[in-house]
Amino acid sequence: MALVSTAARGHLRIRPKVKVQLGKQARREELAFYGFVSLWIVGFVLFDAGPIVASFLISLTDWAMLGDPSWVGGANYERMLDDATFFKALRNTIYYGVGSVGLGVVTSFLLALLLNQPVRGIALFRTIFYLPAVVSGIAVAILWTNILHPDYGLLNAALARVGIDGPGWLKSPDWSMPGLILMSLWGVGGAMVIYLAGLQSVPQHLYEAAALDGAGTWRKFWDVTVPMMSPVIFYNIVVGFITSLQSFVLILIMTDGGPANSTLVLGLYLYRHAFRFFDLGYASAIAWVLLVVIMAITAVQFLAARFWVYYEADHAR
Amino acid sequence: MSRVLPRPTVVAPAAHRRALLGARRAGLLHRVLVWALLLAGSVLFLLPFLWMVSTSLKASDAVFSVPPRWLPSSFQWRNYVDGWTILPFTTFLRNSLIVTFANVLGNLVSCTLVAYGFARLRARGKNVLFLLLLATLMIPREVTIVPRFLLFSEVGLVNTLWPLILPAWFGYPFFIFLLRQFFMTIPRDLDDAARMDGASHLRILWDVILPLSRPALATVAIFSFIGNWTNLLDPLIYLRSTDLYTLALGLNLFRGQNFTQFNMLMAVSIITLVPVLAVFFLAQRTFIRGVTLTGMGGR
Repeated sequence: MALVSTAARGHLRIRPKVKVQLGKQARREELAFYGFVSLWIVGFVLFDAGPIVASFLISLTDWAMLGDPSWVGGANYERMLDDATFFKALRNTIYYGVGSVGLGVVTSFLLALLLNQPVRGIALFRTIFYLPAVVSGIAVAILWTNILHPDYGLLNAALARVGIDGPGWLKSPDWSMPGLILMSLWGVGGAMVIYLAGLQSVPQHLYEAAALDGAGTWRKFWDVTVPMMSPVIFYNIVVGFITSLQSFVLILIMTDGGPANSTLVLGLYLYRHAFRFFDLGYASAIAWVLLVVIMAITAVQFLAARFWVYYEADHAR
Repeated sequence: MSRVLPRPTVVAPAAHRRALLGARRAGLLHRVLVWALLLAGSVLFLLPFLWMVSTSLKASDAVFSVPPRWLPSSFQWRNYVDGWTILPFTTFLRNSLIVTFANVLGNLVSCTLVAYGFARLRARGKNVLFLLLLATLMIPREVTIVPRFLLFSEVGLVNTLWPLILPAWFGYPFFIFLLRQFFMTIPRDLDDAARMDGASHLRILWDVILPLSRPALATVAIFSFIGNWTNLLDPLIYLRSTDLYTLALGLNLFRGQNFTQFNMLMAVSIITLVPVLAVFFLAQRTFIRGVTLTGMGGR
């Protein structure tokens, strides 16, 4: 939380460059610093910065994995403009991101409010709601493929009980995405725990002051809880979007983008081109567009944050 | 949000008593409502787990029954043994253990060193580097998978466990950030005292900082364990030979080959989840503190 609130306010000040002769002691400390962080600097160059630059260069080539790359300039990006499947994947990515993050934020916030109530057995309840967030991965993918099965699945059986003829979920182009979003809601425990910690750190005196002013539960919620929690909500939205992109591995296993590309997301489209069609140039172009998309979305979120996220420190100044 | 009732100090006794009684009744109603909601929610969240266990114990022909039945007509404990031996899951388990522990160790060693540098040492360029570290947190993994693959393929490490292990030894930004935040809370006086005695930085890290950082180290270990135990993307990309498969990848293979044997698939899935659940229950407090410290919520 500290991470985003500092970054959001642009408070990570970089000291102005001042040319000073460092003393012997300071120079030794500097040397020690670079010694300690050298591992990460190597890792950063090898596994992060290097690959990002490399993927841009590769995106300007035509490169089948086994052959040699040949320079094609912006051809991969031009091809993308005519690629209806790419745009479908882009739309699906945003659909999944907005759906899972939007519903996830509401669900996890409401759960956190419930779990912040002083009732008996609350520790057990917290564990139960948090548990699914821990067990992500293929076992969960297999489990949910079963639960969402149109004929034998648990969900449709439950819906049939109340007289609803359940949809085809992962087998239906219209319902596959809602099915995946539903599955993602099972794992809202992570965000929930973060809200819970936030709720517990809202100063009690604010509620007391509000009560003295005659505020009821509802007013206290909107005028104290929500503004005080807005940085946490903001954080969960930003991080939620980035992690929603990574769910493509589960999607790969569960539907492989189908039916009719209805669950094809950008990460999966990239994976297909890279590791099935061995079209490294095009895959890298997709990677770069994905990077730009996520940066744009994050930037928009940070800009919008000025209007709704409340930072106490800003007001105290 | 514990409800705060204004303290009725100057209210007339009778009205006071009535108000208090009303509040208590409202409190009871409120509590029952909360409890009912929590109970209903818990059932919803637990059902998939129960379904998993129930399916894993059914006979093959009972898996796809309509409507689904919760209690198997006969408990097929053999599914666990049969599922485990249908593919070389013991080999997969060994690979998973190697990868996971090499990652946990690598993360602990490398991230501790880097975090100490960021938390304790002054140097020019430090802030820029820290900003870069934070920026990498925002980059989705798939953006770098192609060049990473090319890198490992260039040095001939594709189809070995190394691509799954090596990166952990070069620091992981989330853990570095977490440990740095934690180290910053340890009073500097302690290091200063050690430095007076002529201790080196490594000695200060080892003797002063680490013993006080056990909760943070535990958090890193747990996150690293669960993240790597359930990692599927990297094994999928780098591993070709079946004898190198990890449990997650083995499960995927099983799923592809024997999709109809859902009972065994569930049984093996449950076996792979046991270590994760065990770690979670043993270290629940540490785990949740870690989530709140980093804002890293599980998946």
